[in-house]
Amino acid sequence: MKENHVNSPLGAGGIEERLWNFIDGTVSAKEKSVIEQLLQSNAEWKEKYNELLQINELLQSSDLEAPSLRFSKNIMEEISKLHIAPATKSYINKKIIWGIGFFFIAMLVGFLIYGFAQMSLTGGEETILSKDIIKVDFSKFFSNTWVNAFMMINIVIGLVLLDNYLSNKRKEFRKQV
Amino acid sequence: MSTGLNDNEIISKVLSGDYQAYAGLVNRYQNYVFTLTLRIVKNREDAEEVAQDVFIKAYKYLADFRGASKFTTWLYTIVNNTSISFLRKKKLDIHSLDNEKIFEMADNQDSGMRANMVEQKSKLAMVNEAIGLLNPDDAQIITLFYKAEQSLEETAQVLGIEVNAAKVRLHRARTRLKEKMETYYAEEVRNL
Repeated sequence: MKENHVNSPLGAGGIEERLWNFIDGTVSAKEKSVIEQLLQSNAEWKEKYNELLQINELLQSSDLEAPSLRFSKNIMEEISKLHIAPATKSYINKKIIWGIGFFFIAMLVGFLIYGFAQMSLTGGEETILSKDIIKVDFSKFFSNTWVNAFMMINIVIGLVLLDNYLSNKRKEFRKQV
Repeated sequence: MSTGLNDNEIISKVLSGDYQAYAGLVNRYQNYVFTLTLRIVKNREDAEEVAQDVFIKAYKYLADFRGASKFTTWLYTIVNNTSISFLRKKKLDIHSLDNEKIFEMADNQDSGMRANMVEQKSKLAMVNEAIGLLNPDDAQIITLFYKAEQSLEETAQVLGIEVNAAKVRLHRARTRLKEKMETYYAEEVRNL
């Protein structure tokens, strides 16, 4: 039973995968002790382990490539002409992001509520969903008091956001001047 | 100048207006960044151009580095994105690079000298060449994990994938590397 498990290439991830995890140190304590036992008792595992260990050591000791000698100088010349950009969080106003998000969610929720309110769930085949979408009279949507009130609220929120944005721009402009 | 300072101290100096201090970071990480870009774009000239672009971008957006991760992890994320953008601009499909063709190209370049050089070639050079024969994704993860001193978690963060996905990708990359070494450097592998 144990031998089958050991020799199965896919069983519990296959020998190589389990050995790589063992070498990387990403195995659980239980798996670690199982593998340590296998390495002591099974020649195939021992041989494979030595092979992978050699590759691992080679990879760890391999050299880095070096760029040309002018590399660092070129970069310093370039950055001497640049300015560090202000941190993103300093110019992105989270209130505006939340406001825009709220605006769209409120629109979606409003339309969904209105849509569901128009459905007659007890009317069998006469529900709004059963009608041909092309035949829907959209003009009704915009002559409804609730829709008009909802649209008005959205327009007010939109204007508040625009005002907020423009006043921030004005402040920035004054600062620059 | 800034060699005795750690990364965060150098960054603070740069952010407070001492742009020359940035040379400390460039000197410290230029080989890492260049090696990573070279593994992805597979050409020294392009790699140098991309690596320079990486350091310039990192400087420009240094104020965005919040210190939540290591500076290198943040820097290698820029390497990853910049290299992939570069490849896209060059209209190279990074997944369709034919490894065998790459090997043929490399092989043709030094076909005359190869026989004599094989014996002299160090094991380390052989590993570097074998990594160069891998596709950019495989070469990148091996370079990040082994040469750029990134943990599996940090490697996953740089690549924008889950840790388990990084583990699987690393395992596959090492398997392919082993295959390349056994196929093209059988003699050297036997002598290991």
